[in-house]
Amino acid sequence: MKLPPYADVLKAEVERDADGAPILVMPFHDDVVGRPGFLQGGAISGLLEVAAIAALQYALEGEGDNEGGDEGGGAARIKPINVTIDFMRGGRDKTTYASGTITRLGNRVANVVATAWQDDPAKPISAARMNYLIVRD
Amino acid sequence: MSGFDLDRFMARGTWGHGGRLGIRLHAHEATWVEMALPYSEDLIGDPASGVLASGPIIALMDMTTSLAVWRRVDAFVPHATLDLRIDYLRPATPGRTVIGRAECLRVTRSIAFTRGLAHDGDPADPIANVAATFMLPQGAYPGTER
Repeated sequence: MKLPPYADVLKAEVERDADGAPILVMPFHDDVVGRPGFLQGGAISGLLEVAAIAALQYALEGEGDNEGGDEGGGAARIKPINVTIDFMRGGRDKTTYASGTITRLGNRVANVVATAWQDDPAKPISAARMNYLIVRD
Repeated sequence: MSGFDLDRFMARGTWGHGGRLGIRLHAHEATWVEMALPYSEDLIGDPASGVLASGPIIALMDMTTSLAVWRRVDAFVPHATLDLRIDYLRPATPGRTVIGRAECLRVTRSIAFTRGLAHDGDPADPIANVAATFMLPQGAYPGTER
C-alpha cells in the first residue's frame, strides 16, 4: 500500500491487523507536537485521514479481485468531501494508532469512521466521520 | 495595551507540527486572524495531481480558529479543540500558498465557537469551509466571569 508524501511528514506507517486490514502507526516526534508534550490536532486529523484512505484503498482492492480486474482493482480515485473530527483526549508522548471503518461503500460516495488511540482502542483520543467521493474509471 | 499580542506571540514563528508545515502569521485584526500555509511537495496527499493532503489544511484551520479565539478574548488561554468540521469545496491549486481566515463567533464561560475559510488567492473562491469549537477545561474565558 502506497501512502502519500504527507504520511512521511507524520512518520506514519502501515501495519496489518489479523484480517489484513491496515492500521496506521505514528511515533511521537517533534514534527507532530502542538502544545508541549501533546500531539497537534492537525497531526491527529492527518493521521485519521490517512487511515480512512488506507481503509478505502484496501476495500477497493478487494473489489477489484472480485471483478477479476487486470490490475487488482484500486482503479478508483478517492476525493474528500468533508470531515468532522471530535477530539476526546489529549494525544500524549507515545505511539498513536489509527484505523478506518467503512460504514458504506457506494457507487459514488463512501462513508468512513476513523478512530485514533494510544494505549487502549476502547479509549480513543480522537474520532472522525468522513465522506468521500469515489470516482471509478 | 492588548493583553494578547499576536505579532509577538508569532514573532518566533510556529513550532511543532505547525512549524514543520511552515505555517506562519499572515494578517489579523480584532475580529479575524489569517495564517498562511506555503505549498510544499512533501505535503502532497494525491501524488497524481499534486494536490495538498487535507491534514495540513486541517492543521492550518485548527491553529487559525484557535488564534481567533485568543484574539477575541484578548488573552492566551490553554484550551482544547472539541471538534472541527471541514467541507472541502474544491482541491487547492498545486503550487499556491493556502490562506486560512477565521473569526470567533461567540465565547461562553467554557466554550468558544468559530468559523473559517481557506482559499489559495481569491477569498471569493474558497477551497474549504470550517467550523470549530474549543473548550476551556478549567476556569472561564476572560470577559465571561460572573
